[in-house]
Amino acid sequence: MQPMSAGAAKEIAAQDFSCVVESHRPQIFRFLLASLRDIDLAETLTQECFLKAHRNWSRFRGDSSPMTWLMRIAINLQKDHWRNRRLQFWRTTRANVVDLDEAGEWLPSGERSAEQRLLAREQVAQVWKVVGGLSERQRTVFLLRFVEEQELSEIARVTGLSEGTVKAHLSRALGKVRAELRGKR
Amino acid sequence: MTWNDRLAEEDDPVVAWAIGDFKACVDAWSQAALSRPRTAAKTVRRSWRLVAAWALGCAVAAASAGGAWYEHRRQLEQARIAAARAAAQAAAQAAAQEKLSAGPSSARETDQDLLAAVDNDISRAVPAAMEPLAQMMDSSQADGNGTKSNKKK
Repeated sequence: MQPMSAGAAKEIAAQDFSCVVESHRPQIFRFLLASLRDIDLAETLTQECFLKAHRNWSRFRGDSSPMTWLMRIAINLQKDHWRNRRLQFWRTTRANVVDLDEAGEWLPSGERSAEQRLLAREQVAQVWKVVGGLSERQRTVFLLRFVEEQELSEIARVTGLSEGTVKAHLSRALGKVRAELRGKR
Repeated sequence: MTWNDRLAEEDDPVVAWAIGDFKACVDAWSQAALSRPRTAAKTVRRSWRLVAAWALGCAVAAASAGGAWYEHRRQLEQARIAAARAAAQAAAQAAAQEKLSAGPSSARETDQDLLAAVDNDISRAVPAAMEPLAQMMDSSQADGNGTKSNKKK
């Protein structure tokens, strides 16, 4: 077997990374969009996430899956964003945030009657409202569980929390959703 | 079995449906956002604005430089006038001092010179026709003086 040249290794690494971007970009963007409700901001943070990943791609040892690693970067970027927002409270950065009702309009109609669609849209708007009011950690856990459909162990790895803590956050978030939906029923 | 299925079985089907719909909504929204056409607004550089900005900038710079130069010249002129005024005052003071140091004798000489000049100005030569009359006046004045002096005696 011939030893691989440095240039060839670099090219293969670049190809690998472009595959990673292709396959994981929609998920990272979806998570950030659901969390921030701002398309431009979600796109910006997605770009930043992949930029950071690209810079550190050579140091990625593969201990976890690329998705776990990328999601961890995205969560950290999101945390930084909220922190900066808190510091720069005078800036009106929420100007691009999509309204809750507008966010609920993206519900696919499926094979439902008009009444069912209306009811479903109302319920989705309620879930958006609850998600918007959750703490940063609860929202992250809730979205990873119910939007990204990750297992609890995976969520624990991504967030750096223990599984017990993840369960507790998820339970509290679900309790709030349940209370909101029951309140309106 | 997914979490939603478990949720539906164990807990509340309404919550499970709502969360399922929420996920579908997020999926549809993110797909639509990712596949939307990107529009990059072309920045049209307006040349007249650039020219106007440059002209205004140059005018402001020229006015600033002109103002500074005018102020400098004005201060120099004022300094020159003040120096000339001070020199004139010093000269006047020196002259007055000199006059005072010259004393009263010179003042007296000056008075006599002035009186002599006035005398010369007002004295007129007597015409030849009036010469006898002038002599008579001189003699009468001399007599008058003599009688007065005799009377006094």
